[in-house]
Amino acid sequence: MHTTRDAPAGQQQHPIGLYLKVWALLFVLSTMSYAVDYYHLQGLWRWGLILVFMLLKAGLIVAVFMHLAWERLALICAVLLPPLALVALVGLMASEADYLHLTRLLFFR
Amino acid sequence: MSSVPTHVTSPSTGTSAPVTGLRGLVADWSSDGQTFHIAWGKAMMWFFLLSDTFVFGSFLTGYMTVRMSTTVPWPNPSEVFALHVGGADVPLLLIAVMTFVLITSSGSMAMAVHCAYRGERVNAARLMFLTAAFGALFVGMQAFEWTKLIVDEGVRPWGNPMGAAQFGSSFFMITGFHGLHVTAGVIYLLVVAVRLLQGKYDHSGNHQIVEIAGLYWHFVDLVWVFIFALFYLW
Repeated sequence: MHTTRDAPAGQQQHPIGLYLKVWALLFVLSTMSYAVDYYHLQGLWRWGLILVFMLLKAGLIVAVFMHLAWERLALICAVLLPPLALVALVGLMASEADYLHLTRLLFFR
Repeated sequence: MSSVPTHVTSPSTGTSAPVTGLRGLVADWSSDGQTFHIAWGKAMMWFFLLSDTFVFGSFLTGYMTVRMSTTVPWPNPSEVFALHVGGADVPLLLIAVMTFVLITSSGSMAMAVHCAYRGERVNAARLMFLTAAFGALFVGMQAFEWTKLIVDEGVRPWGNPMGAAQFGSSFFMITGFHGLHVTAGVIYLLVVAVRLLQGKYDHSGNHQIVEIAGLYWHFVDLVWVFIFALFYLW
């Protein structure tokens, strides 16, 4: 079998400063999402900030720590597109939640 | 190979340097060739992580569904997971510390991958041991959290004194499965680090196994980001 390795010189070699910056940024983002709870933010601000910080952290980890930003588009698509099915599932379940709630009110009270 | 010039093969090394961007995407997926131009072990790790994404994604979706449809109020995680420190209840303190521990371990893992590619075998192994130690610390704190919840607060998978019964089942299922992943990751890292020190990967001159183990570890951190936001903070 023809095996393909990463470039022998180490394709995924990046300056250590980049890792340290991302590391610090993750700390800051975690502290900020903790602050959302600590200062008892409620309503739209709470959900919005929690989701924004979550997605920023997830993006940093996947792009820099897992090196996906430097991978070929073929792998990026293979990894990032299938989870869209999960987004669809979340949408379906969220739209069903009212109906489920009413059914529970009818039968489980 | 197709007639379209998708790869520029250098005669000296025999390796190919494929074209990049959208044209590269088309070229990679066509031409009856190898689609992913990475080592097979790395590709397989990515696919395993993709399948794991669906496992955790389905768990969290199930949690969302029961939380949205429950007829009894959901227990407030901010109060349930508060720690009593210095005469005051600090909300989510332990969870915040666990988050920082896991992020720190992800950082040291990234350093380990960096060292491994530079050929600094011993430094890479040291950093992997450090990462595994942070992972073990995380599992230890999780065990403490579970004990507190089960013994002191009376949370069970089928009910709890604070509110919706589904709180316990969601909590134990999601954090339990994540803790299992961290535990497996600690063992995986230790095995790779010991083999690295023994020089078992030297014959190939390729320390990519460290990067592959790193992918798994960063994924465990990634899942925690979602659990922290959606279960503890929401």
